[in-house]
Amino acid sequence: MTTLTAGEVEVTPPRRRTWGWTRGLGVSGWLSIGVLVLVLLLAVVGPLLASQDPNEGNLAQGFGAPSVEHWLGQDANGRDLLTRLVVGARTAVIGPLLVVVASTILGTVLALAAAWFGGWFDTAVARVVDAVFAFPGLLLAILATALFGAGLPAAVAALSIAYTPYMARIARSAALRERGMPYIAALRVQGIHGLSICVRHILPNIRTLVLANATISFGFALIDLAGLSFIGLGVQPPTADWGAMVGEGLAGILQRYPQESFYAGALIVATVAAANVLGDRLTTRSEGRS
Amino acid sequence: MTTPLLQVEALNIALPVDGELRTVLHDVSFSLEPGRTVGLVGESGSGKSMTARAVARLLPPGARVRGRLEFDGASIVDLRGEALRRYRAGDVSMIFQDPRSAINPVRRIGDFLTEALRINGGMSSRAAGARAVELLAEVGIADGARRLRQYPHELSGGLLQRVMIAATLAVRPRLILADEPTTALDVSTQAEVMAILGRLRAEYGMAMLFITHDLDLAAAVCDETIVMYAGSVVEQHRGASLHEDPLHPYTAALAQARPDIDRATRRLPAIPGYPTTAYEVPPGCAFAPRCPHAVAACTTQEPQLVPIGDGHSRCIRAEELRGRMLTGPSTTEGVA
Amino acid sequence: MTTTGEVILRVEGLSKSFPGRGRGHDVLAVDGVEFELAAGGSLGIVGESGSGKTTTARMLIGLERPTTGRILIEGVDHTTPARTARQWRERGRRIQIVFQDPYTSLDRHQTIGSCLSEAVSVHVRGRAGEVSDRVEELAALVGLDDRQLRAVPRALSGGQRQRVAIARALAAEPRILILDEAVSALDVSIQAQILNLLADIRERTGISYLFISHDLAVIRQITDDTLVMRHGRVVEHGPTPRVLDEPQHAYTRLLRSSVPRPGWTPESALAALSGADPTEDDA
Repeated sequence: MTTLTAGEVEVTPPRRRTWGWTRGLGVSGWLSIGVLVLVLLLAVVGPLLASQDPNEGNLAQGFGAPSVEHWLGQDANGRDLLTRLVVGARTAVIGPLLVVVASTILGTVLALAAAWFGGWFDTAVARVVDAVFAFPGLLLAILATALFGAGLPAAVAALSIAYTPYMARIARSAALRERGMPYIAALRVQGIHGLSICVRHILPNIRTLVLANATISFGFALIDLAGLSFIGLGVQPPTADWGAMVGEGLAGILQRYPQESFYAGALIVATVAAANVLGDRLTTRSEGRS
Repeated sequence: MTTPLLQVEALNIALPVDGELRTVLHDVSFSLEPGRTVGLVGESGSGKSMTARAVARLLPPGARVRGRLEFDGASIVDLRGEALRRYRAGDVSMIFQDPRSAINPVRRIGDFLTEALRINGGMSSRAAGARAVELLAEVGIADGARRLRQYPHELSGGLLQRVMIAATLAVRPRLILADEPTTALDVSTQAEVMAILGRLRAEYGMAMLFITHDLDLAAAVCDETIVMYAGSVVEQHRGASLHEDPLHPYTAALAQARPDIDRATRRLPAIPGYPTTAYEVPPGCAFAPRCPHAVAACTTQEPQLVPIGDGHSRCIRAEELRGRMLTGPSTTEGVA
Repeated sequence: MTTTGEVILRVEGLSKSFPGRGRGHDVLAVDGVEFELAAGGSLGIVGESGSGKTTTARMLIGLERPTTGRILIEGVDHTTPARTARQWRERGRRIQIVFQDPYTSLDRHQTIGSCLSEAVSVHVRGRAGEVSDRVEELAALVGLDDRQLRAVPRALSGGQRQRVAIARALAAEPRILILDEAVSALDVSIQAQILNLLADIRERTGISYLFISHDLAVIRQITDDTLVMRHGRVVEHGPTPRVLDEPQHAYTRLLRSSVPRPGWTPESALAALSGADPTEDDA
């Protein structure tokens, strides 16, 4: 009856176990977690699993068909595809991970500060955020690689800045909502320090939303970085990377050997889809009760 | 005796919560004749709002309903399609506690009031506008034409609730479900809103199911009052003698726990413990754990609703306690 | 006025205006409010929505800056809101507040025990043992057990949460407690428990209450003196029994006759009012 009797409050609360942030994810949410865990696991242990050198190939065996030695076949340079996919997981995941961590921390800190101090500081943050919004992330990244040279570091730094406004905007509105709650007023009246209120009270109450947004950002960052590597501005050859492999596989497609682009692309799609679905489930849940 | 417009008999409702069905209403029976007002009184979780929702066919999905629930001789539970639409659009209207949450804030009062007239009544917008002004006049709003151009936020809660009542009049329902219609309003507008509802009921012969937590208000405006506790009817009482002659210890305890505007007491006779919900009810009487008059039999024997005086009581000691409940053993102070 | 003892709170000419919508018209929410609260006394502020009673409370606690007027607590000027956590702490040891809604006045991710020890450790500097002793003391005072101290707010009922809010406010051992519609959202049977608890606490600690409510019966039960506010102004002020039994102002009479009681009907209430001060609605 709890939800049906607005205005009535004395309801004996349900005594159920709380599952923390995993509560109410549903089948699709759990499947997505499974996919993401597998990908992350691959990124951590992948290079250790590889029995063959990902960068060494036999040119004579270019576009080699699947065999006992090469389960998924070989690329144009005769390098083992499976090994390159397994090893490439780390480069494919580490970039987006860095982008997400950096933009989440930066965005959340900005949002908390803006919501807490309000006034001119809040306005200033809002303006800066709006300005950065005007630049598409990919464009900013291309600009950065043009300035600082192609490669992951410049692209990651640029994307981190480009992704911060998304996090800042979502976290700010959630933080503002919390800031207006009577329990925050009660804490101030107690004499609890503002920093402590932000970190110990507002942050835990917006964390599901922040986590949800970070998960979705991970998917987008993976696509953006894969795209950069695809056009040759991101991860540089001969390093194995899913995005770069889609690009390198292009030549094979023309020669009816689409495996490389297909496998790498499928891994990207699966990872991004999982991140999106999970982010979506988390958002829905945080709207219910964070 | 008139045939009842609304007949509820042995109504049991369970709702799915976390994968299990939980009882929220247990064996609720009452009837309501045209032109009369029945009050449903109780605290949170008592099932009073759920009863009204069942009548309005507003139960959440997955709800299991047992028992009879009839409007004008037809089962409400079995209404489908066009018949259900007609029932909701024409036969019953609901007035909510917070008028602001029941009205679209970005549309003018005029749009809100004339919508039903134009769509269901097939009126031209000029005719609908004129009718809307008449309706507002009926609920005591004189400058209707000006109000029609205003937005909800420009009106006070009391005025807005009167607009909601005017909207109800546009369809002239046979049954009004009023769910705490004055609780969110200022005290000084309460009498006005209740007087309007009473007058309309008398004029048009509408029946009203009035849901409230306020025993005094229920006694003042209802022909019959039903007191609910933990999903069950514990007392059914005709007339206004609810306080002077309570038939169930819970009613008596509620009446005593409420502070008196005429005098302060050193300590209020609070009811110990907290209200239970229907699905947690212990064996025997649901109120027994908090009841100052409970005896051993109360915790083993499930009481039935039995006739007593000018009403019914679900208490095995009702007969023996009658007239003594208000002066009975002093209630012990409880802390849950 | 029953200011027999020491005056603990003095409010002089308190006003608050908010920027109005558009036309540069400021809205005067509180207009020249003056009163005194005696140490150990209980003063009720009665009013309806828009009367300015909550704005007055927010200025007293320091969440709102008065436009004009003075707030003196124990003789010290507290007109200006605190700025630093330290100033808040100092003010908080004099005056605390319990809000209306027990659902939003607690952090839903914090256990009750942690909530209370956080409030206690702001004011008690010492061993960890002292903090937990004080938490236990507060919990016992308001009737919370160990199981409830380990729970999060969601697992508690509205009445239990309001007990927590009261305990938290008492952590600073304030001289004055503002109760802003603190029992209005509670069921009748629970409301009585909390009102009794508040009476016990006042008896035991000698704390002063500023009790804000729209409910005259509750005001009668818990206060010694009462102010009636309307449109930001005090329209009547006196000992509670006098204000309720022989209301001088038409508005107080209106409030009084609006309360249902045995023999009351909406029609009789309206009849009693006709000719009296009409309650005009909004503009």
